[in-house]
Amino acid sequence: MEILVCVKRVPDTSENEIELNREGNDIERDDLVYSVNEWDNYAVEEAIQIVDKVGGSVTVVTVGDEEDEEVLRREMAMGANNGLLLADDAFQGSDGRGIATILKAAVEKGNYDLILTGALADGGEAQIGGMLAAMLDVPFASVVNSIAVLDGNKLKVGREIEGGNQEMSEIELPCVLSIQTGINEPRYVGIRGIRKVASVEIPSMGAADLGLDASAVGSAGARVRRMDYFVPEIGDGAEMLEGSTDEIIEKLIEMLKAKGGLK
Amino acid sequence: MAQIFATIVHKAGVPDDSAVELVTAARKIDAGATVTALVFGSGDDLAAACTAVAPAYNEVWKVDGDAFAYPNAEVIRKAMTNLLPSDAIVLVPHDTFGMDLSPGLAIKMDSAFASDVVGIEGLDGGTLNIVRQEFGGAVSTHVQCDISQGAVINVRAGSFAPEETQANGQVVDKSGDVGDLGAARRKFLELVAAEVGDVDITKEEVLVSIGRGIEDEDNIEIAQELAEAMGAVVSCSRPIVDAKWLEKSRQVGTSGQTVKPKVYLACGISGSFQHLGGLKGNPFIVAINKNPKAPIFQVADVGIVADILDFLPDLTEKIQESK
Repeated sequence: MEILVCVKRVPDTSENEIELNREGNDIERDDLVYSVNEWDNYAVEEAIQIVDKVGGSVTVVTVGDEEDEEVLRREMAMGANNGLLLADDAFQGSDGRGIATILKAAVEKGNYDLILTGALADGGEAQIGGMLAAMLDVPFASVVNSIAVLDGNKLKVGREIEGGNQEMSEIELPCVLSIQTGINEPRYVGIRGIRKVASVEIPSMGAADLGLDASAVGSAGARVRRMDYFVPEIGDGAEMLEGSTDEIIEKLIEMLKAKGGLK
Repeated sequence: MAQIFATIVHKAGVPDDSAVELVTAARKIDAGATVTALVFGSGDDLAAACTAVAPAYNEVWKVDGDAFAYPNAEVIRKAMTNLLPSDAIVLVPHDTFGMDLSPGLAIKMDSAFASDVVGIEGLDGGTLNIVRQEFGGAVSTHVQCDISQGAVINVRAGSFAPEETQANGQVVDKSGDVGDLGAARRKFLELVAAEVGDVDITKEEVLVSIGRGIEDEDNIEIAQELAEAMGAVVSCSRPIVDAKWLEKSRQVGTSGQTVKPKVYLACGISGSFQHLGGLKGNPFIVAINKNPKAPIFQVADVGIVADILDFLPDLTEKIQESK
């Protein structure tokens, strides 16, 4: 099975506190640690496990610039066979539709049976997989937490729906699936693995290579635009307990007793 | 002004809470809007769901068919694309059905897509000003969305309070207008119910809930010792289950359990909306987190800025002493 996994380089929220910058118009980007979007990492692991079972290859693709190459390399160190960077100044400022348009053009340059994305990324829209599937006119399933390959060019997929229940469906290939965290246990990538792929040439394609009209992507084609970042004032917030640890604990125990939190 | 539609999610004839919240969202777009409920389903359940939403909507479009007996996003997307005017504004709850349906619907209708919207600040010509969150709620953003060619807007649960206004709409049967639906390429097989664990956190009055801040599987006993001292039970947020440190039945959140405790101790939990979505009944929330800007502090009653790995053992000791 030929599998394409769409990945994104994002600020690592387990390594950074996401805060506003001093001007208040962007997040503070100095000293940010970036890594591959957590959901995408599960998608790559799942692709590798499928190929281990049924054969084929895994290609990882991202839309970005040279800096984003590092996440492709990381996922190749994990076991993906190929990397593909989609980079062009014309891609800057793309909304979800723009990103999906770029990915669609790349998909059509290849011959993929299965396309995976993370269920969501830093922006939280959870949109690229569904848009890409609709553009390619192939079936789609979101928040997938299990995949089994069936005979006859089909998959049995589980979706994680509300209340911890799982919705099982049969889906025809080719298709697009957005992958939920917890579907597998992504393997650890050691420094040795990274070194092994450090000098692998990763091909890059721009708008012209993909046959894309620059006005359909980037900020020119965007109908959804983020104007700023801000931190809203929501209610009064919590009453913050301050003082020495002993003082805080004393106050807390009193409150817990009053609220029935200690039995 | 384009027509506004609200997609109604329902189960066994009972509409989801989102059904009345979407009306409020629609009126934020246009205070005088005529809002139409779109209800897909089959048989008596569908009829009951339509009757239940009719008071809040100007009109209810009922679409009955065997193909809609279980909500298959691929089939409903095709029906909506055939049924709706191309410049329609379509509101959808941002749940796992909305994630399945809406991005593709926006492409097929050639409409703008705004996802997981938490606020609507009004329409300015063809531009809708909306509020979203990024990075799991750590920051918010103002977003401008060009809706002049139509829009699909996914609305976060609980972001728009229901209003008392009565519209008392008629139910109109649109089942004959959905056109050719073709053959579904994704077929629903079955629902697998969540596994039942050794404890039922939905029935507990006091929960000590842990998140990423616990850092390591070995540290979970710190929370267990505190829970034991308090007479409470340990629950958790999603990353703990993803790491397989605790079973799924202990997860609080929209993709886990909905709990209604009296007291909820959120330890090292940032407070994503998916997590808070599983917390009902207005509990007394104590948040302990080393990041003073963690979103959990906005919703907690009491906050403590501390590393839970240091703080929880001290708290356990003091509770034991006080007994």
